[in-house]
Amino acid sequence: MIRYLAERIVQGLVVVAIMSFVIYGLIGLMPGDPVDLMISANPQLTTEDAERLRRIHGLDRPIWERYAAWATSALQGDFGYSRTFARPVLEVLGPRLANTAALMLGAFAVALMIGLPAGIYAASRPGSIADTLVNLASFVSISVPTFWLALMMIILFAVTLGWLPASGLPTGPAGFWEHVRHLILPVATLAIVEAGAYVRYMRAAMIEALRHDYVRTARAKGASRTRTILGHALRNALVPVVTVMALSFGGLFSGALVTETMFAYPGMGKLIFDSIMGNDYNLALVALLFATILTLVGNLIADLAYVALDPRIGLGTGPGTERAR
Amino acid sequence: MATAFAMKPFVRTAALLLATVISFAAPAAQAKDELVIGVTQFPSSFHPGMDPLLAKSYVLAMTRRPFTAHDPDWNLVCLLCTELPTLENGHAKLTERPDGTRGIAVTYTIHPKAAWGDGTPVTSEDVVFTWEVGRHPETAIGAGAFFQRIEKIDVVDAKTFTLHFDRPAYDYNAINDLDLLPAHIERAAFADPASYRRRTAYDADTTNAGLYYGPYLITEVQPGSHIVLEPNPTWYGEKPHFRKITVRVIENSAALEANLLSGAIDYIPGELGLTLDQALALEKRHKDRFTFIYKPGLKYEHIPLNLEHPALADRRVRQALLHALDRDALTRRLFAGRQPVAHGFVSPLDPVAAPDLPTYAYDPKKAAALLDDAGWRMGKDGVRHNAAGERLSLELLTTIEDSTRRLVQQVLQSQWRKAGIEVRLRNEPARVLIGESMRRRQFTMAMYFSFSAPELSPRGFLHSSQIPTAANNFAGQNRSGLRNAEIDALIDRIEATLDPAARRDLWYRLQVLYAQKLPALPLYFRTDPYVIPKWLAGITPTGHQGPSTLWVERWHVLR
Repeated sequence: MIRYLAERIVQGLVVVAIMSFVIYGLIGLMPGDPVDLMISANPQLTTEDAERLRRIHGLDRPIWERYAAWATSALQGDFGYSRTFARPVLEVLGPRLANTAALMLGAFAVALMIGLPAGIYAASRPGSIADTLVNLASFVSISVPTFWLALMMIILFAVTLGWLPASGLPTGPAGFWEHVRHLILPVATLAIVEAGAYVRYMRAAMIEALRHDYVRTARAKGASRTRTILGHALRNALVPVVTVMALSFGGLFSGALVTETMFAYPGMGKLIFDSIMGNDYNLALVALLFATILTLVGNLIADLAYVALDPRIGLGTGPGTERAR
Repeated sequence: MATAFAMKPFVRTAALLLATVISFAAPAAQAKDELVIGVTQFPSSFHPGMDPLLAKSYVLAMTRRPFTAHDPDWNLVCLLCTELPTLENGHAKLTERPDGTRGIAVTYTIHPKAAWGDGTPVTSEDVVFTWEVGRHPETAIGAGAFFQRIEKIDVVDAKTFTLHFDRPAYDYNAINDLDLLPAHIERAAFADPASYRRRTAYDADTTNAGLYYGPYLITEVQPGSHIVLEPNPTWYGEKPHFRKITVRVIENSAALEANLLSGAIDYIPGELGLTLDQALALEKRHKDRFTFIYKPGLKYEHIPLNLEHPALADRRVRQALLHALDRDALTRRLFAGRQPVAHGFVSPLDPVAAPDLPTYAYDPKKAAALLDDAGWRMGKDGVRHNAAGERLSLELLTTIEDSTRRLVQQVLQSQWRKAGIEVRLRNEPARVLIGESMRRRQFTMAMYFSFSAPELSPRGFLHSSQIPTAANNFAGQNRSGLRNAEIDALIDRIEATLDPAARRDLWYRLQVLYAQKLPALPLYFRTDPYVIPKWLAGITPTGHQGPSTLWVERWHVLR
């Protein structure tokens, strides 16, 4: 186990090192220059001012030279300074990560609470009216554009009914419930959009599991329908669903750009977008690397979860490539 | 069935929880001594001299005041100083520099009661320190060239100082860019100038009261979300009405509008708010709740033409392009006539705007005659061709983000098609258009706005020295590539002429030449829509780059 984890960590570090160079290079290839945009916002800046600002921000140096300087500092624990937020990168990332964790984990939990039971319920009655309705709802959920749903939620619950705040974070010293209240609409929006996919995954996996002989055997032995589903089929059906959930893990902390923009919620999605558009190399790089690391961690968790869910699977293999039967 | 049954308690519990949260946590109705402003941009830095974003100017104008600024009537006035220095009142004097050339010495007196929020008086020492920071080549102060023009500063006393400029320029007494820094706080951060931008208290300790001397202090900053301001007890001017002002950032303008209607925000300023078409639509539905002010200003929407393009190098073609456009109908139909048609680059509100410039009215026959004369004859396919058989085919580039501009683009294409001019449309993100295509002059025609200031010298975009080339690393904004000796000389003379009447004559000639040479097609001056609740009064939009918050202490609730 320890050897397995050590191997995965080394592989992960290699991936992170390669990704850091690739991300830095890709941002560098983007056209445009933040100093030009700065000048267009202030007509009194001169050509000399523009040249001086380019030099100060390091924009006149070759990309590889800038990357080498960043990598050297990063190895010493200094991840650089965000030009667009005028703060050290880690100082900018901290609060955004906390906001994103609250939003995305909330939405993830709600989506699972809706998606998994609904998928199981639909799979247990394939072809029934209930199954049709669940399928319909899941397709609507998958198809609805996030920005439209967000706007509709704001119009209904904030403008028309006036029950909930339309955006952002509370100002001043706000209590726990005030924070929760501000989170309800964005969490609900994201959860609705994500739940449909989980319904589909869960339904398909459960239908597959229910076809197996051991399910028929359990029923023949007198186990109730509920016990058969929850006690026998669910554990097997969860293996592919866990894969999807684990792969979503990295995405959880990358934020949700559209939802964050519509609800003016300062999270990681908007941060990454703004840093890329603003040529803020340091911030974009660290934020994207963080998402990369979390995706790698998610994969590792998935592999460990396979073993926990199905003892036939060994470490270093995956579902469908059982080591021993 | 068992699963469905199991779900019921969960649904009941969730509904109960939701109802509890909504009912117990609902905020009290917004008191009228608080104001929530919704804007679309968050400041990247709070340092007055760095990163000149409009959002920062808008917020900082509530917390500090420049020495001089243009008021809502576009007159230069003192805000931190006591009297505007002029040659006439003797506070400005022409001087002789060591090399025999002329300079100018300008003396200002700081308001006697001006003090930083921590009680430290605002003094001449702060001015000298600000100058040291501004002129240092390693600091990221935007307007470094302005500080370089100041050769030395004489401190007369704690509240009086004299600036010695390297040349007498027309705007000698306008020191709008001298954004004062508190020496008692910032000097420590400036010990290492190269790292100053990382250490400045404006970003490291934004809520420090000692950084501000305006009517409000910044008391809370939630990056990307909101900024809270509360009255400054050391403010020397009229006491502000609002006990608390929150500037909330909602970048999506549809969400911004929804927040306004829900009451989550009270007011949307024109500087950073809704688009004009959004405001016009909102006005139709909610005229009873809000006052709508449409303020045209200095955003000059125009189409620079690349004069190196073979067809556009001919002035007759450029003039025909403008005669073929019905700009009056365009602004009337798309903008309800709220955006005035531009006949030059100077806003009609600017004191130096020429009243009787040559204009290009919609005249399809004249456009056709000019094109015929230039050798572009109408072909059977409805497109004009020259003697070599080449089609009169041009490309119009604009920003992809602005839906209104894309609509205008299609109207222009349709109008030019009637004149036999084929126009292909191309759209790019603003950062690519400004930072790449325009900078490298890889365009034929491009539509965007340029931002100006009252009586601002047009050197940057009209002087031949400002044509971006590979040799000057694509610096400069004369993207049309206009080369005209008379225009160059006029700009040089305007900048050096101190007599306002004489300068106005030069400005007139310059605007006439611009209209004749047509390096760009003027379209209209953009209008900022202010959406103000009926109970809020005292807001005066300026139309120029000085934000309306420079007079925030006058904002009040109608009784």
